[in-house]
Formats: sequence, structure tokens, C-alpha cells
Amino acid sequence: MTPWDSPLAACLALLAGWALVGAAGLLRPGSTGFVSRLLFPLGAVIGLALAVVAAASLGAPAERAQLLIGLPDLPMHVRLDALSAVFLVLLGSTATGVSVFAAGYFRKGEGTPPGVLCIQYHVFLASMGFVLLADDAYAFMVAWETMALSSYFLVTAQHGIPEIRSAGFLYLLMAHVGAIAILLSFGILQGGTWQFTFDAMRAAHLSPTWATAAFLLALFGFGAKAGLVPLHVWLPEAHPAAPSPVSALMSGVMLKTAVYGMLRVSFDLLGQPQWWWGLVPLALGLATALFGVVFAAVQTDMKRLLAYSSVENIGLLFTGIGLAIVFHGAGMDALAALALVAVLYHSLNHAFMKSLLFLGTGAVLHATGQRNLGRLGGLIHRMPWASWLTLVGVLAIASLPPLNGFVSEWLLLQALLFSNEVPHPFVNMLLPLGAAIVALAAALAGYVMVKFFGVVFLGQPREASLADSHDVDGLEKAGLAFLAAGCVVLGLFPTQVIAGLGQATRQLIGTAPATGSAPWWLLTPLPDRAASYAPLILFAVIIGVVAVTFLVVRLVYRRRVRRAPAWDCGFVRLDARMQDTAEGFGQPIRHIFGTFFAIERELPSPLDAAPRYRVIVGDRLWRALYLPLGGVVQRAADSVAWVQQGRISAYLTYSFITLIVLLAVML
Amino acid sequence: MNATAWLTQFLEVIAALALAPLFLGWVNACRAWLQNRSAPSLLLPYRGIRKLFHKDAVIATGASPLFRLAPYVVFGAMVAAAAIIPSMGTGLPFRTAADAIVLVGLLAIARVFMSLAAMDIGTAFGTLGARREMMVGFLAEPALLMVIFVASLISATTALPLITERLAAQTPALYPSLAFTAVAFTMVLLAENARIPVDNPATHLELTMIHEAMLLEYSARHLALMEWAAALKLFNYACIGFALFVPWGASLGGEAGLAELAVSIPALALKLAISGLWLAVIETVSAKLRVFRAPEFMASAFMFAVLGLLVRLLLGA
Repeated sequence: MTPWDSPLAACLALLAGWALVGAAGLLRPGSTGFVSRLLFPLGAVIGLALAVVAAASLGAPAERAQLLIGLPDLPMHVRLDALSAVFLVLLGSTATGVSVFAAGYFRKGEGTPPGVLCIQYHVFLASMGFVLLADDAYAFMVAWETMALSSYFLVTAQHGIPEIRSAGFLYLLMAHVGAIAILLSFGILQGGTWQFTFDAMRAAHLSPTWATAAFLLALFGFGAKAGLVPLHVWLPEAHPAAPSPVSALMSGVMLKTAVYGMLRVSFDLLGQPQWWWGLVPLALGLATALFGVVFAAVQTDMKRLLAYSSVENIGLLFTGIGLAIVFHGAGMDALAALALVAVLYHSLNHAFMKSLLFLGTGAVLHATGQRNLGRLGGLIHRMPWASWLTLVGVLAIASLPPLNGFVSEWLLLQALLFSNEVPHPFVNMLLPLGAAIVALAAALAGYVMVKFFGVVFLGQPREASLADSHDVDGLEKAGLAFLAAGCVVLGLFPTQVIAGLGQATRQLIGTAPATGSAPWWLLTPLPDRAASYAPLILFAVIIGVVAVTFLVVRLVYRRRVRRAPAWDCGFVRLDARMQDTAEGFGQPIRHIFGTFFAIERELPSPLDAAPRYRVIVGDRLWRALYLPLGGVVQRAADSVAWVQQGRISAYLTYSFITLIVLLAVML
Repeated sequence: MNATAWLTQFLEVIAALALAPLFLGWVNACRAWLQNRSAPSLLLPYRGIRKLFHKDAVIATGASPLFRLAPYVVFGAMVAAAAIIPSMGTGLPFRTAADAIVLVGLLAIARVFMSLAAMDIGTAFGTLGARREMMVGFLAEPALLMVIFVASLISATTALPLITERLAAQTPALYPSLAFTAVAFTMVLLAENARIPVDNPATHLELTMIHEAMLLEYSARHLALMEWAAALKLFNYACIGFALFVPWGASLGGEAGLAELAVSIPALALKLAISGLWLAVIETVSAKLRVFRAPEFMASAFMFAVLGLLVRLLLGA
């Protein structure tokens, strides 16, 4: 097995390459030039190679191997199948764009030295790849924990700031609570055979109760990693704390490893899922989607806004997973394939769009040093490249045709629309109502994105210092352009993308979305339902109409354009403070969805000499769930704290008693 | 795909472009008559657009290229939308390329670009209008989608021309679900087209504006395109309504000949005349809501649409 004839070996070699590139950062840990101009581009090349290798392996049968590393009698198994390959493509392609951007991004004097950052970053990438390839619980958990730890260090790159340290702690805590649940789920899945390879789990026969327990534990564990409500609290803290390329990878790729894990457990390891399991992720997913987007709309920090938008997208993904389980359990495999393809497609789309947006905020952050929406504005004049490329991501994530976000939303809505055919009473009547929530979330996503782009890039600069913000440099530009191009290509060629993703659905549920006899440019996922979409034609029509209109208007009416101060209904003393603020733009949402929030307001009276307006929008779940839970843990810890005397004699006594008890039990 | 189909497609887009300002003029004239005023000329919207095209444009110093691009995108999206909607015939060559969900997406493109353009210069009224437009939009868009879904559930497809064909083929019974969604659709139409009770197209008071506030900085050809696009939007919405609720009279199927097409043109004119009058009646008898109450109006539209969906799912009616 050499990397030249075996895709699996090639993938492993590329992951090892990432680890080596990371380790090379330690050669000259202080040198920004060496790390960013050589190692990060090298990492990007590896990412691109990984995406190409994984994409090429898509039609091939699953390939497996045993690694020589591992514990005695506990070797690590790896396997490359269609599902892994799809997510490896996601990882590789997103990492390409992000690494190219990061090459221009990381500069001197920001917390962790560049060489150390380099090893953390590349170990993070390699561990995500290894999660996708792992074929036994041991290898999976090792990779999973490496991923959590390396990303923890990346999140706390600027560990001098107390908020970032506490965000990192919360992240680490939630990651481990989740990991415990995943471990327990694997413990059930082995079904008494004590074999922890995934093959043994596939073969194990579980009673329905145990299977349900394994499913729910996996949902908890992967849900905690993905940010499913109510386990989302770490996400809006950790993602903004990290440097932007890391936020991009965490939102774009790491959350998808949780989706991968959920798909792996539900459809592969558990074999035939029961249909009603799907209702749990479906309901949680819908709640998460609405919750995330509503919170995104009221944020005033641009990275928190994007983090909450990730929560929304995770909600949509879990909605799709739930729907696929319901369909598959009910024996409606054509629709299950449609829902699964929607999940995989949206994973890929979200990786591109969200990475693009996070990198866009990175560019803004570098140029201005501001994350607060209230201190930005008007950057489209100063940073045209960053602005226009970010606009592509904004339009894509607002799910506007013909970009990529729309395709996956279209697929998901189609799947939801036909869910009234599920042969279970009441459920079939309630499921299509999910379409109402998905539609509402998608429309709100448009609101959020108009707010994001409008406040950051349009209007007048809200601070004088923004006047000398600089545009992105060449490498950053290339990274943004790569991801933006991905958004366009994924949007315009859905048939080709689905042909690739269909390999994964065929592996998981035995069917792929049919293409029928449709031409290559026409998407017809369900040929007998007469639902079709041709983005290329649509795009050509829109561009054609716009071009013709432009030419006609310019040729027929040759009128000049004159520049003048803004009219604003004759008001002359217009200044930047008269624009809508981020708080103002969120006001209708606060008003309409008031029950979602815990709002603290401080309204000045008209007589105040120094009026101060303050509004803090908090998360009710934090107070209702996490603070009491934290209190319980604290009290439990306090109640056993007396054990810790701090005197050596007490500890020696404990050891002695333990020894006696153990001997008594053993003998 | 025969020549008649292409002719229908061509005629539909041309008719939308040509008749949209007339329809707007008709609604305004009806409103004036109902309010005991003497009506302006039906051709006034055309004259307005023509006048604007003949002027030099003034653009604010702080405007970015996005501001100048937006009118073309908004107009393009509306024309593309007109090509999907089966206002005259259902055998459209374009119908496989874009279904009703895409149609909602096209309307969203127009809304997003218009709002972004309104925020571009950074005036108080522009951003205020953008915020309100998005507020109306995020409730109207899912409501419209739900309306379409009910019709899709009845006709088992999301392609708008097919929905029309299948609804027209059924006996003209009154579907309770469609009745609910018709109410929802009317409310969405009023809100999305900046009509009373959500917005007042004739207002001169900036603080109450939604749609007009976003256009305050536009002039000349850009404003002309925006105005024309707004007229097209109203026309498109009316035609979506016909496609879903009064499908009769349109030439149905891909094999329909010239005779059916000839019938469908006066049928469309009749439907437009009646719906314009109906719109004027609604606008005359209702009062404009405070902006704070607009979300409630839109939320009830959404609820009506979901109710229609529930009726369809629970009762199969």
C-alpha cells in the first residue's frame, strides 16, 4: 500500500504532512516570515491535495488498514469510505482557502508565537482529518480529543485577555462533557463484545432500548460539539475569541465533524435506525435554527453574530439528519436520500460560506482593530476586495439563488414538503410545519446578513480612525477569492456535486438521489415529482437581463452622472451617528422575539445631565440551566472539600485505607 | 417545446414590462375614484418613468458602486420573476429552470439588494427604511412560502406553472386551506408592495416611510428602474395570486395553441382590472398601521398561511 495507488495511504500521508508542517514551525518559532510565507502555503497545498485525493476516491469501494501506532493489543484502524471522503473534501478544500488567507494574516506580536501557533493549527487540521478516517472507537476518541485540545490552545491564542481565557475554559468543559457522552455511546455500541472497532459495532446486535440509549448519547455528545441548543453556550464565546482563520476552521469544519459523527453513528454503526429517533434531532434542530438566527440578529459583535449564525446552520443540518432518519426508518429511501444529500450539501456550503465570512471579519479586524459593529462602517470604500468577496458569502448564506446556500435550502424544503407522506399519523401532519420554521429561519438569515454587511461595510465610517484602514494583501485576497469561488461553483453545478455526495448516501442508506434522464444542468432530485432547478439558466437569465437593461439605459439615454452631497431630505448636518446602529437594526427582532431574550435595559430619564443608554441581551438558557447546574456542581464539590486537608498525614491515611479496602476486595 | 411556448414566454415578459406601470396607474385611479377624488391619468406612471430616464443622475458622494448596481439587480430579479409566473400560459420553456421556491428567492434578491443600497450612503432615513423593509420581509417571505406550499401540497409539485395546471384541472371547489392562504397572500401582497396598511405609497412624511425611504437618495435612471421594478413587483404578485387562486383562463399545458393564448390575454386583462379594483377597495377601507404594529400584521399573515397548511394536512381539504 503506497500513497500512489491507495487513496487511504495518500490521505494518511497528507495528514502526516500537515503534522510535519506544524512541527517545522518549531524550527524557527519566532519567525513570522518563515511560518507564514512558507509553512502556511505548504499547508494549503496539502489541503488542496487532500481534497483532490478524497474526491477522486469517491466512487471507489471502502478501503481499510491497520496502523502500526497505538497501544499494545489495541491497534488503530482506519478506513476511507464515501462518507469519510465527502467530509475530507470539505476539510481539504476549506483548509486550502483558510490556510492561504492565514499565510497573510498571522503577524507579529499577537499572543502565542507564530511557530507555536503553526503547530497547533496544523495538528488541529490533521486531527480533524484523522477523526474522519478513524475506524475504531480508540482511534476516534484520540483524534477527537486532539482536535478539542489543539483548538482549545488556538482559541486561547491571545491568552492575556481574561475573557478569552474564560471562553476557552467553557469550550474545553463542553468539549469534554460531549466527549464523555460519545465514549459512553461507543461503550453501548460494542454490544458486549468488548471489541471497539467500528466493524464490531456494525455487527453487534443491540436491543432497541440499548440502541436508543446509544443514539441519544451520541446525539448529546455530537450535539455538544456542534452547538445544538441547549448545548450551544460555548460556541458564541469560543468562536469570537479565536483568531479569525481559526474561527473559520472551527465554524466551517470542526462543527461538521460532529455532523459526520452523528451520521456515522446513526446510519452506519447503528445499522437500521428506528424512525422515531429522527424526531429528536428534528425538533432540536428546528429549535436551534430559530434560536440561533434570532440571537444572531441582535448581536453587536460581528464575530458573535457569525457564531450565532453557525448555531442556526447547525440547526438546519440536524433538522435534515432527523428528517433523513424518519424517512429511512419509514422505508422511504428516495426521500431519505434527498434529506441526507441536503445535509451533506449544506455542510459543504456552510464550510465555504462561513469560513469566507469569518475571514472577512478577520480582514476587518486587522484593518481596524474593531469587532464592535458600533465602531465600523463604510469599509467598502477602503477595503473593496475584502468587501466584495465577503458580499458573495453574505448573499450565499442569506440563501439567495443562484449561490450555494440556496441549493441546500431548496433540497431541505423539498424534503420537508414531502414529509406528509410518512406513514405515521399525526407525525405526517406536524412534519411539514417544520418547513414553516425553516422558511422563517432562512428569511431571518437574510435579515442578519443585511445587518452584518450593511453595518460593517456600507454607510459612513462610524469612527474617524477607519479612514486609514487598508485592504487585504495578496495572499489574503487569494484565500477569500478561493472560498468565494467555491460558493459560486457549488451554487451553479448542483447536479455534479450531488453525483459525488450520492456516493455517501448510497453507502449509508443504499440509495442515491436519482438523476433520471435530466440534462447535466438541470437538478431533478425526485424525477417523478416535477421539482427541478437549473441555476446556470437562472444565472444566465439574471445576468442577461441586467446586462441588456444596462446597455439599453446607457445607449438610449446618454445622461451624465453628477456627484453631490447626500440629499437626506434636505438635511445638511448629516453625520455618521445618524445611521442605524447594530442595536437599532436588531430592535425589531428584540421587539418581536422578546420572550427569547433576557434583556437588561438602562434607559436614561430625559432630565439626566449625562444620559447613558445601555441594553444587554442575554441568553435565558444560561440563567435557567447553566447557572443552576454550575451551582449544583459547586455545592457538590464543596460538600466533599473537607476531604482535602492539605496535611500529608491525612493523605497517607487515605492511601492506607484505600489499600486495605482494595486488598479486602481482592482477597 | 414548440413555438407557441416560446411565444407565450416572450409575451409574458413583454406584457409584464409593458403593463406593470399601467396596473399601478389603474390601482391609483381606482383609489382616487373610491375616495371621491378625480383620478390622475392612467398613464402617469409611464410619464414618470420616462421623465426620470431623461434626467442627469445625481449620486451622493459617499455612494459605492453597490448603490449604482442595485437598481439593475433589482430590476433584473423582477424580470426573471416575471418569466417564471404563468400569467398567460403554463407551457413556459423557463419552467423547469426555476420553481416557486426560486421565485421567492428572486424576490429576496431584490429585497436584499434594495436594503443594502439603502444603507450604502449612511443616511438616517435610508438605514431606517432598510431596517423596516427587512422587518416586513422576514415575516412576509416565509408567509409567501407557506402559501405556495399549501398549493404545492394540493398539486404535489413546486413548479408554479404545474400548480396552476393542476389546480385548474380540478373541479372548481372551494378548498378551505386555499381560502386561508388567500387571506394570507393578500396580506403579504399588501405588505411586500408597500401598500396600506403597512406602508403608504403616497406618503410625504419620511418618518412613516418604508419603501420610499430606501429610494430617497436615488435619482434619474436609477430611480426610474427602481420605480419600474416596484410596479413589476406589484404586477408579479398579482399574477402569483392568479396562478394560485384563479388559474382559469390561462392557456394550460405545453400543447396549448395560439387560440388558447389569444383567450388568455383578455382573461389576464380582466383579472388585472378586477384585482386592481379589489386592491383599491382594501386600501381605501383600511387605515395605515403604526410601524410597531406592522409585525403583528405580518405575523398574522404567517399564521393564516400556517393555518392553511394545517387545514390541508389535518383535514386534507
